[in-house]
Amino acid sequence: MVETVSERLRQAWKMVSGLGVIGQKMFRRPVTTRYPEEKTRVQERFKGRHFLTLFADGMERCVGCELCVIVCPSQSIYVKAAENDPLEPHSKGERYAEDFQINMLRCIFCGFCEEACPTGAIVLGHEYELSGYTRGELIYTKDRLQEKYPGESGRDPHREV
Amino acid sequence: MLVTLLIDVVRSLVFLVGVLTGFAYVTLLERRLLARFQLRIGPDRVGPLGLLQPLADGIKLIFKENFMPAGADPIVYQTAPLISAVAALFVYAVIPLAPPIHLFGREIPLYVADVNVAILLVLGASSVGVYGIILGGWSSNNKYAILGGLRSSAQVISYELTLGLAVLGVVLVANSLRLTDIVRAQSHVWFIVQQPLAFVLFMIAAFAETNRAPFDLPESEQELIAGFQTEYGGFKFAMFYLAEYIGIITMGALVTTLFLGGWQGPWLPPIVWFLIKVFAVVCFFILVRATLPRLRYDQLMHLGWKVLIPLGIVNLAATAALIVWRGAP
Repeated sequence: MVETVSERLRQAWKMVSGLGVIGQKMFRRPVTTRYPEEKTRVQERFKGRHFLTLFADGMERCVGCELCVIVCPSQSIYVKAAENDPLEPHSKGERYAEDFQINMLRCIFCGFCEEACPTGAIVLGHEYELSGYTRGELIYTKDRLQEKYPGESGRDPHREV
Repeated sequence: MLVTLLIDVVRSLVFLVGVLTGFAYVTLLERRLLARFQLRIGPDRVGPLGLLQPLADGIKLIFKENFMPAGADPIVYQTAPLISAVAALFVYAVIPLAPPIHLFGREIPLYVADVNVAILLVLGASSVGVYGIILGGWSSNNKYAILGGLRSSAQVISYELTLGLAVLGVVLVANSLRLTDIVRAQSHVWFIVQQPLAFVLFMIAAFAETNRAPFDLPESEQELIAGFQTEYGGFKFAMFYLAEYIGIITMGALVTTLFLGGWQGPWLPPIVWFLIKVFAVVCFFILVRATLPRLRYDQLMHLGWKVLIPLGIVNLAATAALIVWRGAP
């Protein structure tokens, strides 16, 4: 109301030229990722699904110390430790995890278990497509969590921890 | 006699089906174009290129629960969306798509009716559409719906004046209210060149008439939930939605007929030119929605009454003066 006509016209022209700016965006490539055909690459330290890793010689790293159980903020891990049979040891310590369960529905993928583990047994990998239809199938047991061969999780099996 | 009746019925049906299909695909076009303007892809999974998306949306809306809010007036509540939809569709009775074609030895006009006061009918039909908004908001027994309905209807009637003044400029130059005459009067030069101010006024008023951005305060989710449509769901909501989008196509068709030369153009068949021009205007509507921020209600009213109407009157006076000075065109 106090602006001059030329000021108003200038403002109106800015609106119109804004249309051109947005119009140009139509000709640029969209930034959408076409999931599930294309998937975004995750970062190196992405906290996805857990793995129970093995040493390079195939022995389990997990010694059943239950530090991960203690540190887990949502108490999603259950470990039942058992004595290693000296003739047929599962792990390099005195105990091993006989039963190891993680409730994926409680897990918050914080990575504290990975930080707490003294042997580097439990690691968080890159897999994030973890849906299921029932609550039962989302409690991952040891056979589902353990690596099939050393290095399946993507971590170097020759590492110390 | 019977054959002419049959031809009329078939013509009306073709228009109706065409407009309804066009409405369905304008919703898809809007979603795809808005997405492209925002650097993303719109819906393209449902059919090839997403072409079955409107079908999926329609089926979804039909399956929704048919409810009525407590305390709502049952007759008015059910009728209000119908009033909106019918008023929106009614305009197509007078819009000419192309010069008459010759089929089976007869000359078949490509409009439903060639009314000698066609443009007045168009303005009248959009005024009747206001009833749908007011009654819809009021019959819902909901404060927000009433407020939304009142705001929306006040907006529409304010900008109808501007619409009428812009149209009057065109009518003066074309010397007729009949839409077919107005199209033919643009055979040398389009009216957008002869009446640029009227074109700008008509475009702005068209945005406000259809409750489109930047004048979409009545239906902005953040402000009034959904304005007068708050208490409507399922098929009744689809009717209001239909009325809005058909209004967009109607405004596109009107802009084309009044300012962009209608169906005229070199070497392509006239109806194709008409459709291209309407498509371009609809895309422009979508571009404006993607770009401009919303006007506050008092800014909207200020613009309508204190800026556009004076400009419309100035345009009318100047056009009339030029015609008297230069002699009738």
